[in-house]
Amino acid sequence: MTTLLPLPVPATPADEVEAGAQSHQFPLPQTLNYPTTTPPTLITQGAEGRLYKTTYLLPSIPCALKHRPSKPYRHPILDQRLTRHRILSEARILQKCRREGVPVPALYAVDEGTGVLIMEWIAGAPVRVPVNEYLRKRKADGLREAATKEDGEELVGLMRRIGRAVGRLHKVGIVHGDLTTSNMMLRPWDKGKAPVNGHKADGEGNGLLDGEIVIIDFGLASQGTQDEDRAVDLYVLERAFGSTHPRAEGLFEVVLDAYRGEFKTANIVLKKLEDVRMRGRKRSMLG
Amino acid sequence: MLETIHLEHIPHTLSIHVAFYRNVTNASFLHSQLLARNASFEYALIDASTVISRFHLLAAVYKSITVELGGNMKTPNIHSEIVCALSSNNNIAEAYRRYGISPISKDVLVVKVLNTAHANTSDLTKESTETHLNEHVKGESVEFSDEEIAKTTDWSKLRKYHKLNGAAGLDDITDMDAKRKEMEMMIVSAMALRGL
Ligand SMILES: Nc1ncnc2c1ncn2[C@@H]1O[C@H](COP(=O)(O)OP(=O)(O)OP(=O)(O)O)[C@@H](O)[C@H]1O
Repeated sequence: MTTLLPLPVPATPADEVEAGAQSHQFPLPQTLNYPTTTPPTLITQGAEGRLYKTTYLLPSIPCALKHRPSKPYRHPILDQRLTRHRILSEARILQKCRREGVPVPALYAVDEGTGVLIMEWIAGAPVRVPVNEYLRKRKADGLREAATKEDGEELVGLMRRIGRAVGRLHKVGIVHGDLTTSNMMLRPWDKGKAPVNGHKADGEGNGLLDGEIVIIDFGLASQGTQDEDRAVDLYVLERAFGSTHPRAEGLFEVVLDAYRGEFKTANIVLKKLEDVRMRGRKRSMLG
Repeated sequence: MLETIHLEHIPHTLSIHVAFYRNVTNASFLHSQLLARNASFEYALIDASTVISRFHLLAAVYKSITVELGGNMKTPNIHSEIVCALSSNNNIAEAYRRYGISPISKDVLVVKVLNTAHANTSDLTKESTETHLNEHVKGESVEFSDEEIAKTTDWSKLRKYHKLNGAAGLDDITDMDAKRKEMEMMIVSAMALRGL
């Protein structure tokens, strides 16, 4: 089940990522103090938690370990409850998604007492990285104007896969809460193997955008089927997409088109999305 | 054949030993030793038809160790805890019945966790454990490998035990190997949430 993995690509710009050596300024969860064959690497350090790349059970099985350390300024009982609640909620959502066929990392282990969640390591990079790389190359090739649907299957195909993945997530009753192109991984397809989740390579290109979309970071996710919440989820993604990839903003409608095909009431969500956009615009005019 | 396995992220005072016996003829004797709480038979004795792979069994071992370290054991010892960790619900009696050895078990996986910091087991060694098992388990000792385990896995039983019939994530997969791999992932995930 193991392959050689590329080096982890940080989700946040390099300057925000802690160097390995620095990681030990922070208390490690107890489990990371026990012996392992290779030392854990700190991948990201957020306000609420830290994500390490390490191994699960055997040296050959890489995993992502999320640690939500206790906050010294919070009352210890409240702190314990909050940590426990958040870790368990994230773990349950991962399990539910996987069972229902939404591409997410498999849950490996939970230790709610120490605030640790261990999950499958997803190879590849956050979608943001290859998309920006693709747009940069495109510009270097002399294509100065923004990307459009006529741009070719490669980018359009990726957008479609994003729409399908998000549609599937919403279909099974999960709202992500923080959809961005950093919270989706593009996992390379196993060579010579049909992708498991029903996607297929629709681009010829140079392969930069090939791969399966895997949604990660369910720290802010919740279970629910309110169309309003789903619409806000899409709006957040739309805004994030526009600001992270302004040159491909016009392609977002491909995401929405693919989303529409995933479940029956998607149309209602897309209608709501228009209201949410309107409110957003009003707010920014006032602000 | 008793294999010693070093798991990642567990204290070095713990060592894990696993043996796999096929065509066991004295399962009812072994089962009766557990019921009698015979301390020299303190093993996780598992009906191998409920195990998918090394990964699957080791996930149960790892979970039991973290539960013990956290002081949250719900059963008498780490070995009974391992049997229960294979379950995805909280019914302990049912877990013993489903995943533990029964008088009619044919293929049996044995796990022994030794703890040098533990008064009870500190005089036990891998060698003494192996000798004891070879003396008392009447069966054919085979390698604890994915290949051997796969020969005895009862998939339809696992599907039922872990309520995977109707899981959309499985129905979409046509390739049999990929489907089994995915079932394994779903089962390990369900085990992780057991008791929480
Ligand atoms: N399962 C995984 N496999 C590979 N890389 C991962 C995985 N999970 C997370 N990452 C990497 O780590 C980064 C941070 O993960 P994540 O966003 O889940 O943590 P976080 O931002 O600290 O969480 P939260 O927002 O819940 O506090 C991701 O952007 C990604 O680059």
